[in-house]
Amino acid sequence: MDSAMFWIPAIAKVALVAIVLLQVVPVMIWVERRGSALMQNRLGPNRVGPLGLLQSAVDAIKMIFKEDFVPAHVMPFYFLLAPVAAVIPAFMSFAVIPFASQIELNGQIIQFQIADLNVGLLYILSITSIGVYAIIMAGWASNNKYALLGSLRSSSQMISYELSMGLSLIGIVMVFSSVKLGDIARAQGETLIQLGSLSLPKWGIFVQPVGFLIFLTSTYAETNRLPFDLPEGESEIVAGYHLEYGAMKFALFMLAEYINMTTASAMCATLYFGGWQLLPGMSWILGQLPLDGMASEWARVAFEAASFTIKVGFFLWLFVWVRWTLPRFRYDQLMDLGWKFMLPLSILNIFVTAFMIYRGVI
Amino acid sequence: MLVKAKKNALQNLYIVEIVKGLAITMKNMLFGKTVTIQYPEERRQYSERYRGQHYIKATNGVENCTACMLCPTVCPAECIHIEAGERPDKEKYPVKFEIDVLRCCFCGMCEEACPKDAIKLSNIYEMSQQQREAYDKGFLLEQRGNK
Repeated sequence: MDSAMFWIPAIAKVALVAIVLLQVVPVMIWVERRGSALMQNRLGPNRVGPLGLLQSAVDAIKMIFKEDFVPAHVMPFYFLLAPVAAVIPAFMSFAVIPFASQIELNGQIIQFQIADLNVGLLYILSITSIGVYAIIMAGWASNNKYALLGSLRSSSQMISYELSMGLSLIGIVMVFSSVKLGDIARAQGETLIQLGSLSLPKWGIFVQPVGFLIFLTSTYAETNRLPFDLPEGESEIVAGYHLEYGAMKFALFMLAEYINMTTASAMCATLYFGGWQLLPGMSWILGQLPLDGMASEWARVAFEAASFTIKVGFFLWLFVWVRWTLPRFRYDQLMDLGWKFMLPLSILNIFVTAFMIYRGVI
Repeated sequence: MLVKAKKNALQNLYIVEIVKGLAITMKNMLFGKTVTIQYPEERRQYSERYRGQHYIKATNGVENCTACMLCPTVCPAECIHIEAGERPDKEKYPVKFEIDVLRCCFCGMCEEACPKDAIKLSNIYEMSQQQREAYDKGFLLEQRGNK
């Protein structure tokens, strides 16, 4: 009985997260293609299904049926391992993100989070940095100059930006005194400033605005998205690290990229925008619903999950929006921004945060 | 030469500039007019003087061409091949009239040279074919895109 009470919710949560993450990818690819098209006064794919929504599904079928080609000059083992090594950490890193608060079922409290690790934040940072191995592996095993250049760029970029990313998160850890993402999300429900009937919640963005900007910029570099997509850099190095890949192996790299984007957006939402905390107005709607007992509990969970999804969706859209707005950085500009500007700024942010906590402001 | 653009401190922070850029793309997305022509349903409208696929004009079902050889003479791409013949009423006519469209540069000089207003260029611009024997006399005599 006890083991069943542990395993059934655990497996259900894992299945839910994995399936939803897999569904995010085709939807995001559609959003990216249609969004970019509309921004450039084009129409984008609009033939397959309503509004072209089935385009990604059709593309996936095409990818599966294409020849699984391995060029003669590559190292086959590492060449085939690299896409897998890209996808697995991408899925793993989502495990500690809470997507709703908790519910009591048969006297047992179920957290809506696959694993509430007590090193949550550090777990995500370490798992996402495994992702760079896949890119290096792909570039090196491809035995191709462009691919190797792309993977070298990727590794140096990731190392540079991981520093300021980690340092910007220290501010959040100091404010909320925890690295458990569940605790951080819960603590953001508190009130920061009360102005009459209006109350400002203690969301990360209000206590760590500079930290948020540094974190957001670093996630763009970490996920190799524009304006920091130098590892791909079509105009200079063809396609970068996945130059020699085709068919489903290439699709796996795309999958990993989009899942990493989702995880990064979920991190932004959880750490700086209150995670599953209800959006303004949602708690009022929830109070109006004529529900009681278990039904109202489930309604609360559904509203929390919806609120989390809206926040993540906004950041995913921001990824697309920024990609089609900004041009790519030059490599020396990228390194300048990372080392000369964001790293000192994030260290300064830690000192300012420490001072403000010492004075009791936050 | 590396040109340093003069920027003030606020511009160096990028943030305001990035927000401005985001506003521009969003404005284009929401209010921009899409310029896409949805091809099979919509077609681009070319001018009436557009020089596209050739055709031979006919009067009362008989082609205007008298095989005077002015168009193969003037043709800079040498893509018109005519074999002349005689009708029973002693009138000259083209037995064969072929245009090598792959060589044609659509300059329209054949149309200008023709004294009988026989060879003309229509404004049809979709010219792909599935067999090599296209653009013979029978094909050219079909009155497509007559202007």
